[in-house]
This record gives sequence, structure tokens and C-alpha cells, in this order.
Amino acid sequence: MLWLWWQLIIRYAWTYRLRTAVQVLAITVGVALGYAVSLINTAALAEFNAALREINGEADAVIEGSRTGFDEQLFARVARDPGVQLASPVLATDVLVAGTADEHPPRLTVLGIDVLRAAPLSPTLMGDASGTAESAASRFAIFGDGILLSPSALARFDVAVGDLLTVQAGSATVALKVRGTLPGVRPGSLLGVMDLGFAQWRLGGLGRLTRIDLRLADGVSPETLRARLDLPPGVNLSGPDATSARLANLSWAYRVNLNVLALVALFTGGFLVFSLQAQGTLARRAQFAWLRATGLERRQLERLLVAEAVSIGTVGSILGLFAGVAIARAALGALGGDLGGGYFNVGQPPLGFTLLTAAGFAALGILAAVAGSYLPAREAAHAPPAAALHAGGEEDVLRPLGRAWPGLALLAAAAVLLSLPPVSGVPLPAYLAIGAILIGAIALQPRIARLVSRPLADWLQTARAGTHAPMLLLAANRMVQAPGSAAIAMAGIVASFGLMVAMGTMVSSFRGTLDGWLVQVLPADLYARVGQSMTDAWLPPADLERISAHPGVRHVEFSRAVPLQLAADRAAVVVVARNIDAADPGTSLPLVGRSLAWQPDQPPPVWVSEAMVDLYGAQPGGTLELPLAGSLHRFSVLGVWRDYARQFGSVAMRATDYQRITGDVTRTDAAIWLRPGVQAADVSRELLQTLDSREVIELRAPDEIRALSLRIFDRSFAVTYVLEAAAILIGMIGVAATFSSQAMARSREFGMLRHIGVTRGQILRALALEGTLATLNAILVGLLAGLVIALVLIRVINPPPFHWSMQLIVPLKLIAGLIAALLVCATGTAAIAGRRAVSSSPLRAVHEDW
Amino acid sequence: MAGPALDVSQLSRRFEQRQILDHLDLRVAQGELVAIVGESGSGKSTLLNLIAGLDQPDAGSIRIDGQDLASLDDDARTRLRRAQLGFVFQSFHILPHLRIGQNIELPLVLLGIDAGERRQRVAELLDAVGLADRVGSLPRQLSGGELQRVAVARALVHRPVLVLADEPTGNLDAETAALVMRLLAAQIRGRGAAGVLVTHSAAAAALADRVLLLRQGHLHPQVPDAR
Repeated sequence: MLWLWWQLIIRYAWTYRLRTAVQVLAITVGVALGYAVSLINTAALAEFNAALREINGEADAVIEGSRTGFDEQLFARVARDPGVQLASPVLATDVLVAGTADEHPPRLTVLGIDVLRAAPLSPTLMGDASGTAESAASRFAIFGDGILLSPSALARFDVAVGDLLTVQAGSATVALKVRGTLPGVRPGSLLGVMDLGFAQWRLGGLGRLTRIDLRLADGVSPETLRARLDLPPGVNLSGPDATSARLANLSWAYRVNLNVLALVALFTGGFLVFSLQAQGTLARRAQFAWLRATGLERRQLERLLVAEAVSIGTVGSILGLFAGVAIARAALGALGGDLGGGYFNVGQPPLGFTLLTAAGFAALGILAAVAGSYLPAREAAHAPPAAALHAGGEEDVLRPLGRAWPGLALLAAAAVLLSLPPVSGVPLPAYLAIGAILIGAIALQPRIARLVSRPLADWLQTARAGTHAPMLLLAANRMVQAPGSAAIAMAGIVASFGLMVAMGTMVSSFRGTLDGWLVQVLPADLYARVGQSMTDAWLPPADLERISAHPGVRHVEFSRAVPLQLAADRAAVVVVARNIDAADPGTSLPLVGRSLAWQPDQPPPVWVSEAMVDLYGAQPGGTLELPLAGSLHRFSVLGVWRDYARQFGSVAMRATDYQRITGDVTRTDAAIWLRPGVQAADVSRELLQTLDSREVIELRAPDEIRALSLRIFDRSFAVTYVLEAAAILIGMIGVAATFSSQAMARSREFGMLRHIGVTRGQILRALALEGTLATLNAILVGLLAGLVIALVLIRVINPPPFHWSMQLIVPLKLIAGLIAALLVCATGTAAIAGRRAVSSSPLRAVHEDW
Repeated sequence: MAGPALDVSQLSRRFEQRQILDHLDLRVAQGELVAIVGESGSGKSTLLNLIAGLDQPDAGSIRIDGQDLASLDDDARTRLRRAQLGFVFQSFHILPHLRIGQNIELPLVLLGIDAGERRQRVAELLDAVGLADRVGSLPRQLSGGELQRVAVARALVHRPVLVLADEPTGNLDAETAALVMRLLAAQIRGRGAAGVLVTHSAAAAALADRVLLLRQGHLHPQVPDAR
């Protein structure tokens, strides 16, 4: 078999090396993209977890509350518990750093720690004060006041030991002396450490803690201790894995979709392999028949052809692995560890390689090649040698492709798969349905080609137009009589164009819906904000007065965004306290459906985002308990609103209710309506001269916010755009290769046409027309399949992990452009490929079978 | 005395509504070359496909060197073809990406013959067909006649019991056709094989020991004047 493999497969591959190269390239691109995405995700998560371990140290368990913290009295009770060997109190605060030239004030995570208790648990947080005026022997002395900064923070904020760092915490601007560094902290980590008491005093956390790190006594588990401690509402005790899980969940949906999109490239590559392998097998039909006649068994032939596919897949996969590493390095450098998704802040983490992952992607590449080759191999092995020994009859081989039932059965299977629920949160049945839709569409393509081409062929046969367009008649007749050949050639195009339409429509729908949502949620003329919802800064009361009193301001609505931890393994939910008219909440919120009426005897009203419905089961008509001000409060859920800004859940409540329950009068955001004729830029400039928070406040017009949001969106989907481009590139390469291959296989036919008086130019014209008709058919099928798949992506796949709904918006211009590009490519390629085929002597063409 | 190389008895084959072969008998002795002539569509190629085990008869039996094909499954028939049959086709069916020597040795590879013996046998056959210096050439470097001589060498390299030739001179000019036919006949007889030749060519048929006319599903001896 080795001899046969070498002589029949490898030498053949070398002889037709262009076709072989294209097949290898298809697998290479798919494996490269998939492996690159996997490498990046692994590196980013590993780096993030390492950073997390740095901050959390060697704790066995963690007690955590919301960002507003909990009463520090809890610490005394916990530290006394016999199950606790060591307890380390922490005040964790995200502050905004003032005085930088950044578009957005940068964030710094500050940990206030009790150095004696923290040292055994978090040794990396112990600083280095060498080079300062304090005694180097007493590192604890430097914790009296000031802050230690990580090396990356020093560089980022352009400060040195001994300088002042100005931050906004709460409503106050605070200047902190940089006392030293944190040399043990990993590069890229923006971290500061202060003495706990000093941090509570200067950063507005008096009497509050946000975390207690625990070393448990022998034999005590987090579960045991949790059951014993009576923790207040909103405060959770969890093992270190829960924190890691929460942070992994932050980006899980994004990473899963990235992996799937990368697999799309591999899937498309597999279809291209199928196209070329089917054609190659067809072209060698007589050879295989001779081998079977001479004594090669069916199984042996099948094994040989599968070995061919494995060879192609192996070479493609190996090249793909190397290319994947290169792509991963380049992508991390250009887009960062989260590929623009905004989930991590880890800079450019190093790539880590595991043999298992590389082997897995190599196996996927080989599997794609084998899957693409299996049907042609099986057909070749089982074809009756007697018929195949005589030239012609290739279309008879392909006649079964014209049967409608396989394609219809696959579409029916897709419908069934779409009705199945996700598996462990991953919409796996829906992804399989997409595969079934694509393969079903490709299977139906010959039937559709015949249906679409027959009226044209019939009309040309009888009409005068047929007399003047004989080449078009030839081309149309070929589509009717030999649709199988066109179907094989176009399988790659249907797959790649269909997937491009689907992904393009998904992105366009999301982008368009996001844009429309932004218009709806940004009705004011100007917006002010201090930091984002995950920081601990707010607008000073004096600034609230100044904004309201500005002569150009007609009306202001202030709001407060507060993160709440409802589950230890999930990201925080954001409570948005703002002006809402309970009788007509649609004027303030982009509602999904109607809002229920509220009665004064009911608990206070709230409106939840779609993510709250998915993740926490909050439903209109039900109630929701939220931990605010140290206790649980019940609210009436009146409706659902669409919130694309906060993926993990948000709850909108009336500002008056929030203030009454919490006593918190601080505000983080302002929506400002201006008087007629007043310019937003002028008001913005004047406010920045007078506000106390001018170093950290952001003032933007709604158009600016929209543009910025869409830029972030485009950056997040940068990888999707790359994968779309890869899919269409693979498709175009497929068109070129398959037309070239088919043209060479039809040399005998062209020789015969030349014999009866058809010129070379006419043959090329016929080929170009065939290419156009076949591509148009493929585009039609791909477009239909792509739109259906887009609906699946939008309605079935995206909602569960991302917890949002969106409208269907088809990117007509993009699709039209792609159609034009494909038609030009296909028509041109068919003609160019035909040149070589018609260049040989017609005598040689008809008298030789090769 | 050895039995016939080929023994076909009461062979029948029907396609759709047409009876192609109707209780046909044929016996070919070892060393004998039989030519079968007939009009287009008379069933000559069908008969050849049945003898080769590439098709199944509706009735009747086919024995090759005493082995009844009906008792064999597809793989067994394939193995029998590998060991006992050689083929020469009108369209040569030379693999274009293998060198001439490699094309010829392919049946030996399938039989698991070692490389040394393969080389020896290939050299012998190439010498016999007058192409000893072309062992390393590619098919595209040879003429049609030379390629058909390669096909003859390939059909005989594994010492088959029976050689089946389907219009072996169909694509050749008269002079080349005569050369190839003389070569084929000589090699078949010289190696003690039997041969069944399907042809339209009277000249090719004239080289056979017997000429049979296939008409209306039966084989009839062809009278000498009619050749």
C-alpha cells in the first residue's frame, strides 16, 4: 500500500500541484485561524488568572460584597471564628487617575490592606521602598501614608517614587505620595497598595471593607464556614475558583463565539477540499476503474483516497499550526489579549503551547480534509468499473446529486436541531443546525440550478435570441444537463458566501440595532460621566449644582450606577437609579414589550434588562430582591428593557426609591438638555473650567458617544471581520481552482467543438457564461442559506450567551459588493482557465484520454 | 490435459428490455487467441465485462482456469482479476503521472511482488515490446502506438491466464495497429496465456486462431471469407 500511496497519491498530487496547493491552503487557513484564536484565548485567560492570583494571593476562601462594601464589623466576627486560621481585611477600590492625556481617565485598582495580616496570604503585594527616605529595614513604616504602585502603573501614569499621584475616589480628588513599588506584580497590571486605615480615610471607605481573604483551619471547607457564618445580604463567601469562574464567565460568550467563527473558516476549507477532491476523483474515474479492473479492491481504493485526504490534511494542519502561532502573535500585538473585546487588561501576554491543543487542531484539520473527501472517495470505490472504463458518463456519476430528498432531509434535521435546548449553556444544536442548513443547501444546488436554468435554456432554444447567442445557449444547456458538475465546483462558494452573508448580516443587525438603541437612549444634548460603573467615583455635590445652574442648561437628569454582586460566580449586575415615570417608563427606557401598571401598595417598581431575565429569571409580574444598604429589598418587576451597555444584567429603578432605601445622594451620570441655540461644545468647555471633577469627568455629545461606541463595537468585531474575509478568500480561491480543474477535464469536449467550427474565442465566451450562470446559482443558494443562518445566529445562538435580542438588518451594499466581486472573479477565472484548455491541439484532445 | 483457460456456459444478460446475450457459450483454450467481431451495440464489451467479473450475468456460468466466478464475491473477483487476467483497452488507460516502468509494474505491486523481481519482469516485457529504453519516460513522451505497446506489456507482466483486449487498435493507424496486434498475439501465445479480442478490425481479427461473430446474443463462427 505504501508504494501505491506514494505513486498514485503523492506523485499525482505533485503532478497537479496547483490543485493540491489550494486544498492544502484551505485547510491551512482554517487550522491557522482556529489555533490562533485558541492560543490567544488561553494566553489571555492564563494571564488574567495569574493576575487574579496576584491580587487574591494564597487565600483558601474569600468573603466579598458589592463594590460599595460592607460593614467592617463583620471582620471581627469572621476573624474570631474557629474555622478561620487567618483573616486579612481588604478595601478594594477602582479609582480614576487624573492628570493624564488619555481620552478616558485611566483606572487604577487600589488595595487597602493590613500588611501584617496580608503578608502571609499575598506576598506579592509587599512592596519595595528601597531608595526612599524611610528606613529600608522597616517596610511597614512606609504604609503609614502614600501608595505603592506596580511597575506598570508607574510607567503608565508617568510617575516615580516620591511623586504625587492624583486620583478621584468618590467625589473627592486625592493626592497620594508614591512611596515605593510592587516589584512582584506582573507586567501590565495597574495596581496600587495602601495601608488599610489610610485607604479607608483618604478614599472614602471609612468603616467599610470590600473583601476578607481567609486561610481556613485544617479540615474546614468554604462550604462549611459559609453555613456557619450568617453573612448579610449581598455578601458572599466563595472558594478562589468562584472568582476565577466569574471572571472567565465575563468573556465566555465572546470567546465561544470567536472559537466558533474560527471553526467556520475550517468548515469552509473542508467544503473547498470537497469541491476539489470530487473533481479530482471524477477526473481520475477511468484510472480508478482500470485499477479496480486490474485487481485493486474497493476497500483498498477507498483507503488510498482517504490516505490522500489525510496527507492533504496533515500538511495543511502542520502549516496551519505554524501560521496560527504567527497570527496569534500579530493579533495580540495589534488588539491585545482580549482581541478588542474589552474584557481583559493584560497587555500582550506570552503565548503558551500545549501539545494536546496543537494535536487537537491538527486533528480537526485532518478531519475537515477527510470529511470533504469521504463522499468522493466512497463513490469512486463503489463505482462500477465497467461503466467508468469508457470515457464520458461523468454526469451519470453525479446524477444522484440531483435528488432532492437528501437536501430536504438535512433542512428538516436543521429544523429539529433548532428546537433543542443549549448543551451546558453552549447552543451546540444550533451550531449543528447551521452545518445541516449549509450542507442541505449545497445538496439542493443541482436541483435549483436545473430549475433556474431550464426556462432560460428553453427560451433560448426557440427564441431568436438563441440563434444570436449560441454560446449562452450552450452554457444554459450545460447547467440543465450537467448541474452536478456545477454543484461540485460551487460547493465552496455556497459555503463561503453563505457564511459571509450570515456573519455579515449578524454583525450588521447587531451594529444597526446598537446604533438605533443608542439614538433611543441618548435623547439629551450633552452627557457627563465620572468613570464607568465599575469605578468608585461620583460627581461631587457642588458639581451637580454647577451643572444645573449653567445658563445654557434647560434641564438635567442625574443618575447613579451601582454594581451589585448577586452571585459569586457571575459578573456584577448594575443598578441604574434615574428618573423614570412608572406610568410611562417607555419615555426613559427602550422597553422590550409593554410595561405593567404599578400600584402604590406594591413593592417599588424596577425594570430589568434582557440579561436579568435569562440569568436570574426576573420576569414582569414577579419580584426581585436586591441587596442594598446592607439588607435585602424586594422590588416589583414591571417590564424588560434592552441594555446593550451592560451584558450581565442591569436593573433600572426610580432615583427616588434608590435614595430612600440607601440614603445615597451621590450621582455618577448627567443627561443635559440645552436651551435653544446653545452649543454643546460651548457648555462643555465652560463646565470643564469650573467643575471640581474636571480632571476626570467626561463630557460628550450624543453623536460622540455613538461614534465611540460603534468604534468599540468595530474593534470588538475586528476578528469577525477578519474571519469573514478569510471565508470569502477561501471561496474565491476555490472558484479559481475548480474552474481551472474542470476546464482541463473538458479538453476533449473543446476539441470536438473546435472540430465542428466553434472558435477558441467562442469557447472562452461559453466558459465565461457558464461560470457566470453557475456562480449566480451558487450566489442565490448561498444567499438564501446565509439569510436563514443569520436568523439562526440572531434569534437562537446569540441570545443565550450574550442575553440580548436584535433586529434583522441585511447589509445590502456589502452583499451586493460581494456578489459583484464573486461574479467578476468567477467569470474571469473560467475564461482564464479555459485558455489553457483550448490551447492544445483539437486532434490531440479528441484522440487521447488524458 | 489442462482445462480451458476460459469456459463460458449458457451466459445470458439483459439490459432493460433488451436481451444482450442469450445462452451464450464460449471456450478458449490455453495458448489460444479468439477474436469476437460484431456490429456496434451487439454486446461485445458486455461479454468482456462479464468475463472479467466487472458485471454479473443474469444466467449462466463463467469459469476462469476452472474457478467459477459466481461463487466469488466482489473482492474475490477483484483478486482473481489481479492474479489471472490482463487487460488491454482502446484508450490505453496509462496513468499519466507515473513513468512507463511504474505503469507496467503496477499489477506486480498489487500482487506484492518484491521490487527486484518487478524490475526484472518489467525490463523483460519492455524488451519484448521494443521499448527497453523508455522505462523512465513519461507517458506524454510516447506516441499512441508506443503507449498501446506499454499497455500490452502491462497486461502480461504478471503472467495472467487470460488476456482481454477491447478494441486494442481502435485508436491507432493501420500500420501501428498491425504492429501492436502482431505483438499482442505473439506475446499471448508465447507466454501460454489465452486471449479474447474484441475488435471491429478485420486485420486484427485475422491474427486470431478463431473468429466468432456476436449476433443476436449468440456467438457464431465467422467463415473465413467473411473476415
